[in-house]
Amino acid sequence: MLDFPLWKRLYLWALTLFFAFAAVPSLYSLTAAPWPSFLPEPRIRLGLDLAGGSYLLLEAQPTQVAKQRLESMEESVRAAMRTAKPRIQIGDMSAAGGRLSVVIEDPTRVDAARGLIEPLTTGAGLSGKRDWTIQVLDGNRIVLAQTQEGLDLAVSQAMDSATEVVRKRIDALGTREPTIIRSGTNRIVVQVPGLQDPQALKDLLGKTAELEFKLVDQSALPSDIAQGIVPPGDEIVPYAPGEAGAGTAIAVKRLGGIKGDQLTNAQQSFDSRSNQPLVAIQFDQQGGAKFARLTSENVNKPFAIILDGQVISAPNINEPILGGAATISGSFTVETANQLAIALRSGALPVDLKVMEESTISAELGKDSISKGTIAFGIGTLALMVFMLITYGRFGVYTCLALIFNLLMILGVMALLGSLAALTLPGIAGLVLTVGAAVDANVLINERIREERHRGRKVIQSVELGYKEASSAIFDGNATNLIAAVLMFLFGSGPIKGFAVVLMIGIVTSVFTAVTLTRMWVAGWLRRKRPVELVL
Amino acid sequence: MKLLKLVPDDTNIKFLRLRGPFYTISMLLMAASIGLLLTRGLNLGVDFIGGQMVRVTFTQEKTAPVAKVRQEVERLGYGEPTIQQVGAPNAMAIRMKLPQGSDVNPGLADEMTRKLTSDIKARHADARIDGVDSVTGKVSKELKWTAFKALGFAAIAVAAYIWFRFEWQFGIGALFSLVHDVTLTLGLFSLTQLEFDLNIVAALLTLIGYSLNDTIVVYDRIRENMKKFRRMDMPDLLDLSVNETLSRTIVTSLSILITLAALLAFGPNVIFGFTLAITFGIFVGTYSSIYMAAPILIWLKVNPQSFVPNETPAERQERKARGEG
Repeated sequence: MLDFPLWKRLYLWALTLFFAFAAVPSLYSLTAAPWPSFLPEPRIRLGLDLAGGSYLLLEAQPTQVAKQRLESMEESVRAAMRTAKPRIQIGDMSAAGGRLSVVIEDPTRVDAARGLIEPLTTGAGLSGKRDWTIQVLDGNRIVLAQTQEGLDLAVSQAMDSATEVVRKRIDALGTREPTIIRSGTNRIVVQVPGLQDPQALKDLLGKTAELEFKLVDQSALPSDIAQGIVPPGDEIVPYAPGEAGAGTAIAVKRLGGIKGDQLTNAQQSFDSRSNQPLVAIQFDQQGGAKFARLTSENVNKPFAIILDGQVISAPNINEPILGGAATISGSFTVETANQLAIALRSGALPVDLKVMEESTISAELGKDSISKGTIAFGIGTLALMVFMLITYGRFGVYTCLALIFNLLMILGVMALLGSLAALTLPGIAGLVLTVGAAVDANVLINERIREERHRGRKVIQSVELGYKEASSAIFDGNATNLIAAVLMFLFGSGPIKGFAVVLMIGIVTSVFTAVTLTRMWVAGWLRRKRPVELVL
Repeated sequence: MKLLKLVPDDTNIKFLRLRGPFYTISMLLMAASIGLLLTRGLNLGVDFIGGQMVRVTFTQEKTAPVAKVRQEVERLGYGEPTIQQVGAPNAMAIRMKLPQGSDVNPGLADEMTRKLTSDIKARHADARIDGVDSVTGKVSKELKWTAFKALGFAAIAVAAYIWFRFEWQFGIGALFSLVHDVTLTLGLFSLTQLEFDLNIVAALLTLIGYSLNDTIVVYDRIRENMKKFRRMDMPDLLDLSVNETLSRTIVTSLSILITLAALLAFGPNVIFGFTLAITFGIFVGTYSSIYMAAPILIWLKVNPQSFVPNETPAERQERKARGEG
């Protein structure tokens, strides 16, 4: 029990100091002095309630996704029947209650129709089911019904895209370190530190990301464009940063272009010749027809591909594009092309997002909380240390040392975890509480040593028994605390999660510092001094 | 050097002799708390009832002009606000119901926020908007249910843990003293009408973990003594265990209370309720570990022989042969 070989001592000290040093940059930042840049700099992240900022809980309606899927399936079925050779005549077609019902005029062609519709459905992820079921009723009616698995997958994909769109929009606001996480099946949690007016954010999340195709006005003089002189009937659109023409702008015809909101799909792909990453888009029927007309009428002229009011590229129309499939080229990497594909796939936001919960905290309140919290924490800790010293003497010194290392380790672990363990206002309370509770282990041990001495045991034996007999209660006590903290982490949100994180880290580090470290120190003292009397 | 000893050695206080009266008092307090919860209820925050809360500090005022602001807000035509001084004396929280139809059209709630904050800023130059919280009815229902689940799971999980580590009677005792602590804390919030929000639920969860610490220490000693003193009467054995751990119980509780007191006195106003809940709960928890958790073992007929496996005739013969008692 009291045997600490050199390797073990070195190991324990290394562990302690590693985490304790990780806390240094964060503590250093309380002073105004800059941290030397050549040193690693793990920092404790502050939660919204301390840093100030906005929190939004956004929710989408799965029914909206279901409706969209139904509409797009209706269009696909119509297209498939029309392009069938020979064309399959559709009688009545109705979409109600999440089902699509198609009457085939000629009963002998129902099987052919079914054969064409089947490829329109796909497997629903890993569920092993199809995303639609197909039934033939009354001999000539084909009924397509959405499966729950298919809808779930569609909602999940829609939420992925929506999260991506939201992230893009928030990044566009230029705020620092926003957190955007999907939550549950149809929600998105957005946290933007430092944002004081969430109105702009909410407006932005309601807007659409627009893709436009517009003809370039080749007659416009570059000098005019540079001076901002807009030729009649034109508008001037700047190139997106990072694109070939970045920093310049081109004039495009205001009318006669088409919008890229009528897409059925967008995928990252590669140019067959140059092998450059690009984005392949697929218009729906209507959009495809418009696109075909635009390209047929303007062969050998350049047109601009504009996203969110910025030109991505302005390629030449070499030949009419009739199939509704087009590619967007630009200076893409696979990743950026993929991002654009995701953004386009969402057709702006694939679903409306409604704000279900909203919270904004001013930075002043956060600052006030930090300073008051720090003061309370300092006073509480000092008072506690004095109490420990006058109650346990030498053992109190060990307790206090353990306490200091415990605090440094908690802060160090939090700094290393970064945004996984942001410090929140309840988190400060958690820190204070951890300090109070962490000495419990030492109190248990010290009291037990006192008791064993009182019963007449020798010093070494008493210390050994003290650590041994107290360990079961220490373990059980911390286990129940951990259970409560884990549940809090699982069920809580935002600030409360932060509190739970502090508690969990504190429980682990406090057992380490209060039991293992103090035992090492006491053992060292006993070995050096071999006392026959204990002041305890 | 003379060290501080809060509890003298070898105390022999007959705690358990008073178990009847104290139990009655605890029961009455629990009944009173439940009664308060049923009649007066909790002052639920927007987390749990939905609505909007705007926190304002009037930087130039000594006290928040609650009555004046109430009149001003009423004039906006969004119904009657609930206004309370919260945290610092010059800070207040204005709570309002979300306007009709804002579940469908969130713009209505935004408009209310804008009107309210700009009106206050226009009328009070020193008003600083500290924060705006807005929670729809749907989310608040979920939060309520989540909080309820978390508390229930936590209580059952820790009780099950005690059962697993000790015996089922100890699990019951722990659960009972937990319910006691949480109920009284809820009673306090009903009595004082301090705002009850998600943070307080976190405090209650913390309490579930920490108030059990004392119980565990006492139980641990009871278990140890039950092995040592096979012939002792249960009330005496419980008294002995409580007395032996008394110094530790007092010192630990005092340690936590010292730090919490600092937080109550000097800490951020915003978490006053949170800290108060934990402080009160730990105070009650210390008491309940002595007067709730321990006596229950007597009523559940636990005695030093309870957990000793029955002796087989062969074992008895062997014991006799060895000449042991």
